Amino acid sequence: MPAPAKSTAATSTRRRTSRTSEAQRAKLENYYRQMLLVRRFEERAQRAYLQAYIGGYCHLNLGEEAAIVGLLDALDPHDYLFTNYREHGYAIAKGIEPERVMAELYGRTDGVSKGWGGSMHMFDVEHRLLGGYGIVGGQLPIATGTALALQYQDRSEVVMCTMGDGTTAIGAFHESLNLAALWKLPIVYVIINNGLGMGTDVAHASAEPELYKRAAAYRMPSARVDGADPEATASAALQAVEAARGGTPYLLEVMTERLRGHSVVDPAKYRSTDETTRLKGADPVVLFAARLLERGVLDQAALDVIDTETAARIDAVAQFAEASPEPDVSTLFDHTYATPVPNDSRRLPGSPLFAPAPFPGRPA
Amino acid sequence: MTTMAERTHTTSGAPEPASGTRTLSFSKAINEGLRAAMRHDDKVMLMGEDIGPLGGVFRVTDGLQAEFGEQRVVDTPLAESGIVGTAIGLAMRGYRPVCEIQFDGFVFPAFNQITTQLSKIHNRTRGAVQMPVVIRIPYGGGIGGVEHHGESPEALFAHTAGLRVVSPSTPQEAYTMIQEAIASPDPVLFFEPKSRYWGKGAVDLEAPVGTDTLNTAHVVRQGTDVTLVAYGPSVATAIKTADALAEEGRSAEVLDLRAISPIDTAAVVASVRKTGRCVVIHEAPVFFGAGAEIAARVTEECFYALEAPVLRVGGFHTPYPVAKHEHEYLPSVDRVLDAVDRAFAH
Ligand SMILES: Cc1ncc(C[n+]2csc(CCOP(=O)(O)OP(=O)(O)O)c2C)c(N)n1
Ligand SMILES: [Mg+2]
Repeated sequence: MPAPAKSTAATSTRRRTSRTSEAQRAKLENYYRQMLLVRRFEERAQRAYLQAYIGGYCHLNLGEEAAIVGLLDALDPHDYLFTNYREHGYAIAKGIEPERVMAELYGRTDGVSKGWGGSMHMFDVEHRLLGGYGIVGGQLPIATGTALALQYQDRSEVVMCTMGDGTTAIGAFHESLNLAALWKLPIVYVIINNGLGMGTDVAHASAEPELYKRAAAYRMPSARVDGADPEATASAALQAVEAARGGTPYLLEVMTERLRGHSVVDPAKYRSTDETTRLKGADPVVLFAARLLERGVLDQAALDVIDTETAARIDAVAQFAEASPEPDVSTLFDHTYATPVPNDSRRLPGSPLFAPAPFPGRPA
Repeated sequence: MTTMAERTHTTSGAPEPASGTRTLSFSKAINEGLRAAMRHDDKVMLMGEDIGPLGGVFRVTDGLQAEFGEQRVVDTPLAESGIVGTAIGLAMRGYRPVCEIQFDGFVFPAFNQITTQLSKIHNRTRGAVQMPVVIRIPYGGGIGGVEHHGESPEALFAHTAGLRVVSPSTPQEAYTMIQEAIASPDPVLFFEPKSRYWGKGAVDLEAPVGTDTLNTAHVVRQGTDVTLVAYGPSVATAIKTADALAEEGRSAEVLDLRAISPIDTAAVVASVRKTGRCVVIHEAPVFFGAGAEIAARVTEECFYALEAPVLRVGGFHTPYPVAKHEHEYLPSVDRVLDAVDRAFAH
């Protein structure tokens, strides 16, 4: 995520307290801008999915904006991030241009994974997003291995690995936390606890519903934080990241709400009307805007400007994605192996891509 | 062999079953098959992620928890290895668990339990312990799913002795086969073609439940010039191809395998001896796929009857592609027609 605007020469002549509060103000405004960017991005992704621009599955970060912004604020740009399939906002907050994230959703060549990863499998070595993962828990051992590599290489970077609450039930969770604690790896595991697996709530899925407490089994420090509050999330995340940088892995549970269905196609019928009403009051973007107004950080006019600017940006993002070319089907085989492999079975009867070979030894 | 009508008398106090012939979607047919099996035998229980109030991702278990309760329709945590492993333990104590895996790609956390335990326990105990566990897996592409959501991993299981690997192609088959799978004393990997879930067909709810569908292939259409061997989602493709061939004056026989392992070789051989040509169709990659085994068996047993080599049409040896290129990867009618042309050109 871009750093908040630096103080200018003019502000440096101010008294120290107001200078701090100006930096603070800029930081909070930047949080809000990032949160709104993710919000509008996801709303646009939802629309594009329903209009069939986007194929596959599409899991949105609606309700997770504050958590994303807070978590990523605690990471340095050179730190590594692993996420699951609900990753669009994380990719943006890690510094990847929203244009490339949207193009990936559209399956286009300018996408983060050149259109071959889709919504669930973005990967960007340069921005150190080492994958969204569609298999629940798939990212955990891999993130752990990357942390092990950093330790071997005596590096200062850390790994952050996010997952959902439901993911803590899968074996890979326990294997990974045990390994990380045993080997003192520089990794922060983050549970985004939105209360639901797909349709199954935490109480029905976890014998210890206070998920951060699971870390006790590995003597790993852990904490729980309100994920609707970007400042609280950022400071909890910073503590976790500092621990990890010092060789103490950490488990952070971030409490969020999933404002819509599990994915765009899920009508979430398992939710009661009470629940749906409650969610209306739990929207982190709305809550944070109200807080900024109340604290006098931003006034309504400023919020409106941000809104307009964000809407314009998202329009441009969608246009970029739409204009980007689709990958050519002839590239289907290009990356199955790292280099051209002798005897790779590309040429098959019935294959539309290559002219079939004649039957061998056919009598003249 | 019992019929559904006879079965209802075995469970007292159960509500009247749906009876007669009805038009059902594929997913509803499995739902009715599960319901019938659960009414018939109270040791039958369902386990899986979000299968209770949600009714599963594809709503196959819709309404079953309401009817049979939370103990017989168990919403499990997100833990496939745990689901299949506990099912094995339940089976050791006489239960008949039916596990739902949400999508093809999510069976792999359970692969260990399936291949190292489930498939081997009967043999390991020299017959003392049976493993009547069914693992239902929605599989195949065609719905714009992607990696993990469009794959066809059946050959990986067919390669493991001790497992039965089956796949229905119509609502009627789905209804009967799920009951026969549950009644089987051996573990059954039950592959449900997800692209067919919404397709409708007539289902005779009183059709006999025996062992036929797990043991025998079914001739869907008689023909004389070429045998199209298919199962699951590819049967519909084979039928459409046969229609197109009929317009050209060629007569294709369509064979629905139903069981991929053990496979009804005799049915394939009988058909190919008659037609002299064989094209195998499946969505799974052709490389080391079921078609390879079929081609080998046909070559062994029909060598002198063959007019052309056995051909295969299926997925490529690449990871499952993105939604936009799915149709290039999946065996289409055109690709099957090309293969048939080649067989005739020989
Ligand atoms: C191994 C595996 N099993 C099942 C699924 C299907 N699935 C996708 S997301 C999901 C729920 C995950 O819940 P949680 O970890 O809480 O993450 P959330 O979606 O709430 O962000 C399930 C069951 C999967 N992707 N991978
Ligand atoms: Mg969750």
